[in-house]
Amino acid sequence: MPGYSDPGFDTLALHAGAAPDPATGARAVPIHLTTSFVFESSDHAAALFNLERSGHVYSRISNPTNAVFEQRMAALEGGVGAIAVASGQAALHLSIATLMGAGSHIVASTALYGGSQNLLHYTLRRFGIETTFVKPGDIDGWKAAIRPNTRLFFGETVGNPGLDVLDIPTVAQIAHETKVPLLVDSTLTTPYLVKPFELGADIVYHSATKFLSGHGTVIGGVVVDGGSFDWDASGHFPELTEPYEGFHGMTFSEESTVGAFLLRARREGLRDFGACLSPHSAWLILQGLETLPLRMERHMSNTEKVVQFLASHALVGRVGHPLLESHPSHELAKRLLRHGPRGAGSVFSFDIKGTREQGKAFIEALRLFSHLANVGDSRSLVIHPASTTHFRMSDEALAGAGIGPGTIRLSIGLEDPDDLIDDLKRALKAAEKAGA
Amino acid sequence: MMFVQVNGARTYCYTGGKPFDPAKPTVVFIHGVLNDHSVWILQSRYLAHHGWNVLAVDLPGHCKSEGEAPATVEAAADFIGALLDAAGVQRAALVGHSWGSLIALEAAARLGDRVSHLVLVGTAFPMKVSPALIEASLNEPMKALAMVNVFSRSTLAAPPSALGPGTWVYGTGMALGRRVLASNPKVNVFHRGFVACDRYANGENAIAAITCPVLFVLGGLDQMTHPKAAQTLVKAARAADKRVSVVSLPVGHHQMTETPDTTLFAIRDFLATAG
Repeated sequence: MPGYSDPGFDTLALHAGAAPDPATGARAVPIHLTTSFVFESSDHAAALFNLERSGHVYSRISNPTNAVFEQRMAALEGGVGAIAVASGQAALHLSIATLMGAGSHIVASTALYGGSQNLLHYTLRRFGIETTFVKPGDIDGWKAAIRPNTRLFFGETVGNPGLDVLDIPTVAQIAHETKVPLLVDSTLTTPYLVKPFELGADIVYHSATKFLSGHGTVIGGVVVDGGSFDWDASGHFPELTEPYEGFHGMTFSEESTVGAFLLRARREGLRDFGACLSPHSAWLILQGLETLPLRMERHMSNTEKVVQFLASHALVGRVGHPLLESHPSHELAKRLLRHGPRGAGSVFSFDIKGTREQGKAFIEALRLFSHLANVGDSRSLVIHPASTTHFRMSDEALAGAGIGPGTIRLSIGLEDPDDLIDDLKRALKAAEKAGA
Repeated sequence: MMFVQVNGARTYCYTGGKPFDPAKPTVVFIHGVLNDHSVWILQSRYLAHHGWNVLAVDLPGHCKSEGEAPATVEAAADFIGALLDAAGVQRAALVGHSWGSLIALEAAARLGDRVSHLVLVGTAFPMKVSPALIEASLNEPMKALAMVNVFSRSTLAAPPSALGPGTWVYGTGMALGRRVLASNPKVNVFHRGFVACDRYANGENAIAAITCPVLFVLGGLDQMTHPKAAQTLVKAARAADKRVSVVSLPVGHHQMTETPDTTLFAIRDFLATAG
């Protein structure tokens, strides 16, 4: 492993950040369930608090198990480092709160997870941060939304749940011309399907609750810094380029040429907002990460088969997956995603030709698919976005996000694909009967 | 931080979070090719809070420092002397990594008694760079950058490092290299630095000329500057009756970030000895 070798993705997914425990020889990553860590001396304590030495002090700020997860994610994404947090929402909030305060402005894609939309549209507005939403493919719209106080561009790699592929190179270029970074939510794609830093994004975050952990057992999130954005050259981020009295008068961009964002996010954001990840949760996510490449391959192949089935079914209208040439992001997916259109993931939506009652009958007839509010599980999942995840959105906003009143969202799991198709067949038959 | 005018160019030095104090002894940290002051953050910040003035410099034409990027080790060594003059430092310890170790060595030889201690981290002499890598640094710098960072790495599981826990040392090396390269639109400082390393021929004479004790901090797993390649200098120093210390760390070429504490302790303990 050491030396000349340049480990591939699958190897990093198993080994990055972890080595046999030097104290016990334990091969698997130990769970460090401790709030705090003993100082070797008063000088050691002072040096840790003052960032003269690096190490763990208190598990709200850092923890050895979390650090393995953080290093592993930074390795898989190609970043300089990462911060594990309590959820994907915590990751988004930490990213924004590190970069700006009241009076700032964000330009964001309309095709966002409902929780993200809530945070930007309602909650942050209350704290003086405004957001202008733009359809992800509306390049002129991104440009037109820029204001003098714009501090961030934000979108999802593939928009939830319409799978609009974000043109990261183009949007990143517009952001960089405005001297602001591009933040990308890569939850639905994971680094296995797209590496946003290679396309021009500056900060990436995930809800680790989904594919990274993969087993529907844990809530968690992670922010990864690509180290590419030059905060000093931008001039828009005094939070990172001027002395911060809240932490030793430190100027974060001086302390780290490529990691200023992470330094402040950990030293202020985790310290003050406190949305830390439990080490036990980090360990569960690591169990999932070890098999991420294998699982994502199966997610993709199962999804391909299900999409083919649905696309040929008489009761199904639109199938919203870039695998289909009719999908507006088909060409973009071919160009940007590591595995082409099949790499747009296994969370997608389709419309049943029929009434709301038929949609309801469809969901209730499913046996293998679980009706719940999550995606990225090893089990297949189903939900009706308009009445659940996106229920706060107006019809107009729903349409902007590519969601209709009868849209069904599927998250394709790892079961035998024939069984999944049988389940869908049975449910579609029930929907057909309900419309008779 | 501190900016000083050196040879007419605005020069940046990280001072470790403490203001420069002429009453304290001074240590100068000198980075290697495609690096800047930030590779020394932990070591320099610690020493700045433990009795030392720190000047962790961005070499001319690198990141925050203006001026012409040095094309030879000798030119860079003269810059270090000029930096001491500009900062009003009569005597200082010099700590250099990789290319910076050659600069520190040559500067120590030229400055004589003005140098109290010399620390050579990840050093070699001659510091030959393969023709393929030199060519790649000029024509395919991103490919060469990846090669350098792969060769420099010794572990996939570094301890908490400069950015704190969660730092991916390989990624920081890649990002810093890209940033330093982009910081100078006029000169490819990657290629220029490698050529300077490759052509430096005065190592043995320089180590014989120094008047201070010297510490070698070598990485046992270092593929960029293999510890065997430092033996020419170690032997020459001993043959010239210099006070020589050698510390071998189980690490590659990223000594300061893959083993920040042990690298710090080696430097700290050496600087505590009489210079």
